[in-house]
Amino acid sequence: MSRIEVRLTGFGGQGVVLSGIILARAAMYDKKEMVQTQSYGPEARGGACRSEVVISEEAILYPLVEEADILVAMSQEALDKHIDSIKKGGTLIIDSDTISRVPEKIGIKVNKVPATSIASEKLGKGIVANIVMLGALTNLADIVSKEAMEKAVKESVPQGTEAINLKALEEGYLCAQK
Amino acid sequence: MNKRILSGTHLFQGDEACVEGAIAAGCNLFAGYPITPATEISERLSWRLFDVGGIFVQGADELDSLTIVIGAACAGWKSMTATSGNGICLMQECIGYAAITETPCIIVDVQRAGPGTGAATKTMQGDVYQVRYGSNADYSIIALAPESPQEMFDLTVEAFNLSETYRVPTFILADEIVGHMREKVVIPEKVKIIQRKRAKFPPQEFLPFKVESDTDVPPMPAFGEGYRMPVSGLTHTETGSPSTDYEVQKRMVSRLWNKVEKNVEKITKIESAYLEDAQVIVLAYGSVARSAKSAVLEARRQGLKIGYLRLITIWPFPDKVIENIAKRKPKAIIFPEMNMGKMVREVKRVAGERTKVISFPKPGVELHKPKEIYNLIRRVTN
Repeated sequence: MSRIEVRLTGFGGQGVVLSGIILARAAMYDKKEMVQTQSYGPEARGGACRSEVVISEEAILYPLVEEADILVAMSQEALDKHIDSIKKGGTLIIDSDTISRVPEKIGIKVNKVPATSIASEKLGKGIVANIVMLGALTNLADIVSKEAMEKAVKESVPQGTEAINLKALEEGYLCAQK
Repeated sequence: MNKRILSGTHLFQGDEACVEGAIAAGCNLFAGYPITPATEISERLSWRLFDVGGIFVQGADELDSLTIVIGAACAGWKSMTATSGNGICLMQECIGYAAITETPCIIVDVQRAGPGTGAATKTMQGDVYQVRYGSNADYSIIALAPESPQEMFDLTVEAFNLSETYRVPTFILADEIVGHMREKVVIPEKVKIIQRKRAKFPPQEFLPFKVESDTDVPPMPAFGEGYRMPVSGLTHTETGSPSTDYEVQKRMVSRLWNKVEKNVEKITKIESAYLEDAQVIVLAYGSVARSAKSAVLEARRQGLKIGYLRLITIWPFPDKVIENIAKRKPKAIIFPEMNMGKMVREVKRVAGERTKVISFPKPGVELHKPKEIYNLIRRVTN
């Protein structure tokens, strides 16, 4: 596997940074090289937020995303801002509950996941929508193993919430059957 | 988690790795005032120090924090503070005080974009002068610039060792990218630890600032061990008494300077690649070095004879290292920095007569992209 660049986007409070950490940790469990970075404003919640993960078999020098192989978007604003950063042939995964309009872009694969409704209606906790998105990502893009992802989720979420987060991962995974 | 050394493989932020380096090196006291992007250091130390029986203090402000750190060091403890550029501004008085009292202490500066409040969550390498020259008059310090979370661990251990060896404030000069990025960090079973030199004489024969002939660093007893230990910001004699005498001033200031500057070669750490046949050399430090190395590797793949040099120690400035690469008569040295071109002046001073030194400044917020450096290499080699 050569260098894969993943950009996760949304607004502060959606767990975008944590998603990046979980993905990076899963890559570490899969014995890959990885770097995770984040970019956010001074606000605690509500501001634009992104997290980036670069995964490779080789040592990673430049730590940031230049052209995303995969873009995960959890808000309309984030999608509008970042859609142009997707590489030709790249993958877009959106939360179809929070995003109504996908700007025209040729040569990318668009995947719609109703993450917010799965999280709030099926699982009763809207806050785990980010993990639903990670489940979808795990299935749609062969960058980390499902086992590593499950282990990373367990290690990264607050104690006592492991079960619901693993369920969210599974729901996202199933929802995004290729 | 009451272990000092968390041996194993971790996914750590640079800031977290710095904390583990400090604890592994024997740090027992931290005093600091939270500031982006160094807050994670305070946050983690607040419980890690508690676990290992140390003390965590949230100071009233930055000046207060460094004062507490200096006090703890005088009591024989290894101590540290962490801040960003704005906090360094406020610490300047105490940095000079630590220098003249020859107090070992670690100051971590996770640089952010400035000047002033700047862009708090964004990166820059703007503080390279203020950590070196910020306090009044002449003294020397040591500053190390990590490029990864792994180095945040390794170099924090190293910084404690250097600070103890030379009795000098030692800086970890990181930046937001390195401080906040997460990467694999491998912590060994054991780390090499150096303790400050203790007095060989009984208390009645001890002169606090007298050095042995082969060194410029006096031994340092701790408060409460029975030795007279004046800690004063006044110019002082070997006994620690205040003086305005020229000879005393000359002896003291020369020693504060020489104990670091005369040991540059012992202190200096660099990383280099492909220098043998290099026609152009790309020089960098900190997070920018990652982009620089990436550009050099691409240039090599394209058959260009480009060399790479990274300064890990930026202060004291390694004149000899730069002199040696300049002697190879490269066509040019390219120096990308995330500031308006600061360390490049040191390089021009040393190498400017032998080769062309090309500054590639970026004013903060955005890290150099490998492509930008590569394009400059192309322009220079054509």
